[in-house]
Amino acid sequence: MASENPSASEYIKHHLQNLTYGQHPDGSWGIAETAQEAADMGFWAIHLDTMGFSIGLGVLFLWLFRTAAKKASTDTPKGLQNFVEIMVDFVDNSVKESYHGKSKVIAPLALTIFVWIFLMNLMDLIPVDFIPRLAHDVFGLSYFKIVPTTDMNATIGMSLSVFALIIFYSISIKGVGGFVKELTLQPFNTPIMIPFNFVLEMVGLLAKPVSLALRLFGNLYAGELIFILIAVLPWFAQWALSVPWAIFHILIITLQAFIFMMLTIVYLSMASEEH
Amino acid sequence: MNLNLTLLGQAISFAIFVWFCMKFVWPPVIAALEERSKKIADGLEAANRASRDLELAQEQASQILRESKENAAEIIEQANKRANQMVDEAKEQVIADGKRLREVAQAEIEQDVMRAKEALRAQVSVLAFAGAEKILGATIDEKAHSEIVEQLAKEL
Repeated sequence: MASENPSASEYIKHHLQNLTYGQHPDGSWGIAETAQEAADMGFWAIHLDTMGFSIGLGVLFLWLFRTAAKKASTDTPKGLQNFVEIMVDFVDNSVKESYHGKSKVIAPLALTIFVWIFLMNLMDLIPVDFIPRLAHDVFGLSYFKIVPTTDMNATIGMSLSVFALIIFYSISIKGVGGFVKELTLQPFNTPIMIPFNFVLEMVGLLAKPVSLALRLFGNLYAGELIFILIAVLPWFAQWALSVPWAIFHILIITLQAFIFMMLTIVYLSMASEEH
Repeated sequence: MNLNLTLLGQAISFAIFVWFCMKFVWPPVIAALEERSKKIADGLEAANRASRDLELAQEQASQILRESKENAAEIIEQANKRANQMVDEAKEQVIADGKRLREVAQAEIEQDVMRAKEALRAQVSVLAFAGAEKILGATIDEKAHSEIVEQLAKEL
């Protein structure tokens, strides 16, 4: 709540601004009070809300699953262990269907992606004003955005990690020569076409992380924006739109987490296979 | 929408989470799952085996039952045969005994008859003499006529 009675556009803009910590142009370090200040900080700034929530949720995920994993036994599972086993089994099956390599990283990676993104997306279902209002009134923070996946930094951070793994597997399995060959001798296997092939394959390669990041970000950002727009309506009319949208969003957040996971598996599987 | 250090921070925390998950979450859970599925498979196999064994045992049981039924039928038949035989033997015995008794009785009777005849014969001569004396009013010379009387008595 930057001002007491914000206009609709101010309200929306306010809700889309992260809590940014970085160096002000004048050299001092601190939290940006306005969107302009945040933008002026450039690359060497950090979104405290995104980092805090994503790490908190990641720790929650690992703590939950670790608790169940420590108690894992062959007895009849119940409660948390049951849930964790279903998740692990589901991810394991998805990985086994699409990935035929030997790497032991893929399955835990997929599980982490799925559950972590799901939890981050889940923050979208918390009414848009609850936590920002709390942060403002209790901690005096002017901006607070609780859905990490509506911050492009989070999605690009993850997709770049996946991209790094794609490159790593491509090179470690096919060798540098094999990887270069794949980039230059497809789809037209003649020396003349090498530049053309290279451009084509590079586009295909780079499209992977970009599409991963932008798909997740776009979906969640749009969903969040609609929640914010609904929140601009008079208070007595909001439920009529926000409830159906929230119910629909349960599908979106699960689906997006699943898509991110599946595409990661598929990309890494493509990277690990000889053509 | 500013791209900034958050991106690197996210990548780093992502890497740490994946590492932790790979190290401490995934192996125990997947091991438990695999062990359980093996256990279930073993259990199913054991159940299959048990049902096969049961089938076999039932078959054996019914065969034993059949055999014992046959045995029993045979024993009963033999017993029946033996009983009939015994009855027959008893009958024959009885018949033979009866025959023998009858023969003995017959012999006794015949003896009695013979004895009676003898007695009668003895008496007849006396009676004949007495009757003749009365008729003739005189003593008959016993010696002279006894031959005739005895001849008569013999014819009786």
